[in-house]
Amino acid sequence: MTNVSMTVNGKAVSRDIPDTTLLSDFLREELRLTGTHVGCDTSQCGACVVHVDGKAVKACTALAVSLEGAAVTTIEGIANGGLHPMQTAFNDHHGLQCGFCTPGMIMAGIDIVNRYKAQGRSLSEEAIRDELEGNICRCTGYHNIVKAIEDAAAKM
Amino acid sequence: MYAANYHKPSSLADAVAALASNEDAKVLAGGQTLLPTMKQHLAAPSDLVDIRGIDGMVGVSVDGDMLTIGAATTHAEVASSADVKAHIPALASLAEGIGDPAVRHMGTLGGSIANNDPAADYPSAVLGLGATVVTSKREIAADDFFDGMFATVLDEDEIITAVRFPKPAKAAYAKFPNPASRYAMAGVFVAQTGGGVRAAVTGAGSDGVFRHTGIEAALSSDFSPDAVDGVSVDAGDMLSDIHGDAAYRANLVKVMAKRAVAAAG
Repeated sequence: MTNVSMTVNGKAVSRDIPDTTLLSDFLREELRLTGTHVGCDTSQCGACVVHVDGKAVKACTALAVSLEGAAVTTIEGIANGGLHPMQTAFNDHHGLQCGFCTPGMIMAGIDIVNRYKAQGRSLSEEAIRDELEGNICRCTGYHNIVKAIEDAAAKM
Repeated sequence: MYAANYHKPSSLADAVAALASNEDAKVLAGGQTLLPTMKQHLAAPSDLVDIRGIDGMVGVSVDGDMLTIGAATTHAEVASSADVKAHIPALASLAEGIGDPAVRHMGTLGGSIANNDPAADYPSAVLGLGATVVTSKREIAADDFFDGMFATVLDEDEIITAVRFPKPAKAAYAKFPNPASRYAMAGVFVAQTGGGVRAAVTGAGSDGVFRHTGIEAALSSDFSPDAVDGVSVDAGDMLSDIHGDAAYRANLVKVMAKRAVAAAG
């Protein structure tokens, strides 16, 4: 067991956990933040994407104890009063059907837009499709997800 | 995964000591291969020694024509580094093509080459550029570093600290990703270096990354895509699996070599 302290969605948290606890299990089981989904648990599907110090990371492929002092943002932490523009865009464009992949898609989408803006790069439809390589949706065929991210990029 | 003890030493000496004092200890860097492997019970280290807290393990520096990248530098950091883009753009673009964005935020150069997955991208750049692997105990030339599939000459208690890449006159990497896994089914890194033309192949060889002397010879006399046409790539040296048989991969090696040369300009 190791004590780990980090900031999750702006709140300081501290827990004694087994060393091999995955960040996804830490969030879901210890903090009861079940918006972070575990789909494949093999780093493929991206349902568990969260932000660690502002960068998209697969929570199923990171040890919680390795994130001492980190700032973690989950899907529960992005709405500030109203919905985040990325959430609104997924709603407007119907960028989901069953919704299982949606938290990861939204966290990945925000990361994509933030990175492209920071680097001064323009975000084309093709770039969005390429950037979503690590997020799998088995319902939508991606079209509306791509449209939602494109739309949110213009509003963020 | 099975239980393991986590260590995050702040010095290289402490990290080496932690490895040496625990027989089944493993180095953890980005963990993008090690953690999934542990979940599948294909690896069960007793201890994990996280090297990301050690000073000097992360970052890019330039000294004349030598680019040095810390072992724990992530693929995303390499891909977006102005120094890497200016000195060896082929390396930045290779890093940009590894895994997916979330994996690139965690996965590291040192982890990739220490694991030496036969379909990993970085080993081809290290070998293709004739880089030098700097470790806690020595410097190892790329030609001596890789030791067959998933194997290197690293000792059990030896830690990669950095890789030094000499700036090439020209270089490029081209890969044919498996449509599902996106791992290279064949990837070729070509470079015109001070030591001549080098061509390193990943993804295709039955014994991991290797230099193709035939392609190197052809490109030495004529650095053009057409020069690769006359080269014979032996299918006997290639991997053969459900994703592609040996003859298919041998052909892919030639096609990727041509694309890489064309991209190098």
